[in-house]
Amino acid sequence: MLKVIYGLYPDPDSAQRAVNSLRGAGIDPRDIAVVSSEPFEEYDFARRDAATPMPWLAALGGVVGGVSGFLLASLTQRAYPIPTGGMAIVSLWPDGIITYELTMLGAILTSLLTLLLTARLPNWRIQLYDPAVSDGKILIGVVNPPQDLRVELEKRLHGAGGTEIKEFALR
Amino acid sequence: MTKTPEQINEDLLRPVFQTSGRFLVAAFLLGAFVVAAFATFGYQVYNGIGTAGIRRPVYWGFYITNFVFWIGLSHAGTLISAILRLANATWRRPVTRCAEVITVFALSIGAMFPVIHLGRPWVAFWLIPYPGERGIWPNFRSPLVWDFFAINTYLIGSVAFLTLPILPDWALIRDKANGWRKKVYTVLALGWRGTPRQWHRLETAMHIMAIVIIPVAVSVHSIVSWDFAMAPVPMWHSTIFGPYFVAGAIFSGIAALIIAMALLRKFLHLEEYLLPIHFENLGKLLLTMSLLWFYFVFAERLTVWYGNETSEMAVFWLTQRGSYAPLFWAMLFCNFLIPVPILALKKLRTITGTAIASAFVVVGMWLERYLIIVPSLSRKYLPYSWGTYRPTWAEITITIGTFAGMALLYLLFSKAVPIISIWELKVGLHKKAIGRSPLSAVRGQLQPTTDNAQPTP
Repeated sequence: MLKVIYGLYPDPDSAQRAVNSLRGAGIDPRDIAVVSSEPFEEYDFARRDAATPMPWLAALGGVVGGVSGFLLASLTQRAYPIPTGGMAIVSLWPDGIITYELTMLGAILTSLLTLLLTARLPNWRIQLYDPAVSDGKILIGVVNPPQDLRVELEKRLHGAGGTEIKEFALR
Repeated sequence: MTKTPEQINEDLLRPVFQTSGRFLVAAFLLGAFVVAAFATFGYQVYNGIGTAGIRRPVYWGFYITNFVFWIGLSHAGTLISAILRLANATWRRPVTRCAEVITVFALSIGAMFPVIHLGRPWVAFWLIPYPGERGIWPNFRSPLVWDFFAINTYLIGSVAFLTLPILPDWALIRDKANGWRKKVYTVLALGWRGTPRQWHRLETAMHIMAIVIIPVAVSVHSIVSWDFAMAPVPMWHSTIFGPYFVAGAIFSGIAALIIAMALLRKFLHLEEYLLPIHFENLGKLLLTMSLLWFYFVFAERLTVWYGNETSEMAVFWLTQRGSYAPLFWAMLFCNFLIPVPILALKKLRTITGTAIASAFVVVGMWLERYLIIVPSLSRKYLPYSWGTYRPTWAEITITIGTFAGMALLYLLFSKAVPIISIWELKVGLHKKAIGRSPLSAVRGQLQPTTDNAQPTP
């Protein structure tokens, strides 16, 4: 069962204070949940999980796309040889265009797929969320808080400027 | 603009949640034109392609003009948006989505025209290069096959580029909606919550796509230009066609974007979001493109005139002082003589001024596409292959219908999706706010993050 105790914060400064305060209480950063309606990339609390292999995968996708494009064009030209009046059957200049377009398509599709997989989308199951996030509130919470620290955590979440302290449970 | 997140939500979600009488009237009128266009297409399919005015030797008329024009117009969106994103232009935030939508719809409309142009559109799938048993060789040397790959790559990329940043806004609508809307937007939002992981992935993906989509956009219109430049037809077989078409495409694209923004501003009451500065900046871009377009026209005509090749000069004079001269000079008037003074003078570079200049440019660029295609085909080398072209009512109706279709799609889109990216706008305001107070910008880093940090009182 997933249990989260969380506070809603009106601005990123107070959200950052809450995160700092939770870390100060010994909470593992991986157990601190953050949900916001903006990226807030200038703040430390929004910088976790930043590392991603997406650019490398996109490049790999581009290479795979490009090779597929070249093979598609050149193998088809070999399989259906058109009389070319002595010119090359596999014509590299036009094949370069197909190769180029499919290189780009490969990079685009790989980026898209990587985004969906690593951001865990789509996911329509019930997850930790509060509709107040849509109005600009920032959700900072602790996943499965230790029972003995519960009161202390509530106090810290409140003390950092949390307007509401709530609980979320999922069986 | 000092608005709270709630106010921004309210302003920008109003068109999604409220349906005005004006919206219904506009949708009905535009829909009527679209229905007329579809009915005309049905008539053409039933009675044959002879319904259109294309005859030997001018086999490409209004439909291919529209194809080139709409593909060109599609350069408004994704390309401009990607450049502004990569340049991190802060004023881009209210503009990008308005622009990206144009790409997706203009590209879809443009891609329909080769099919409309076909004598037997029910075998349109033969355009798709696949090795089939029908014995027709997929010819990768054909620029039409290049079109297939380029347009589809650009369309897929543009749809992704448009849709991904919509996810957080769909999640916002999901939270605000009730009833059937809530169900629909719950599905569309894909379960978006806004965790740091999701934000990072979205921004990384958008960054990669912005880098990839710019060369794709350039390639698309280069390849469309090669439909012409690869053929030994007078005034087509030119190395300048690639950049000439791309410059024209960006030119018409910016003009379409300005018109769309001016209409949205007026009818969706977005005066506090689409500001004069946006029109001013886009007006400057349009001015640059107008000058660049003129340079390309001059360079193209100068080389032809200097070469003095008989067949090319026949087309040259046909457009300079022959039967196509009125259209040529109208094009020059619309693309250069009218917009340049309007856009060059700061006093005239207002919202109305830029919108008027843009309207002229859109007309001028359609004429340009027509003048590239038709005169060359009507004066090919030997007099026996000379001919004329007159569009029929069917071609005119379908052309008008596609313009109405574009407006209708845009209208319906603005009903389903906030036409200004809400979360990106909030990011802009937030950055502006911390820009005013530099210390708070680094507050996150200044806070203690170690285990011995003390709770904030």
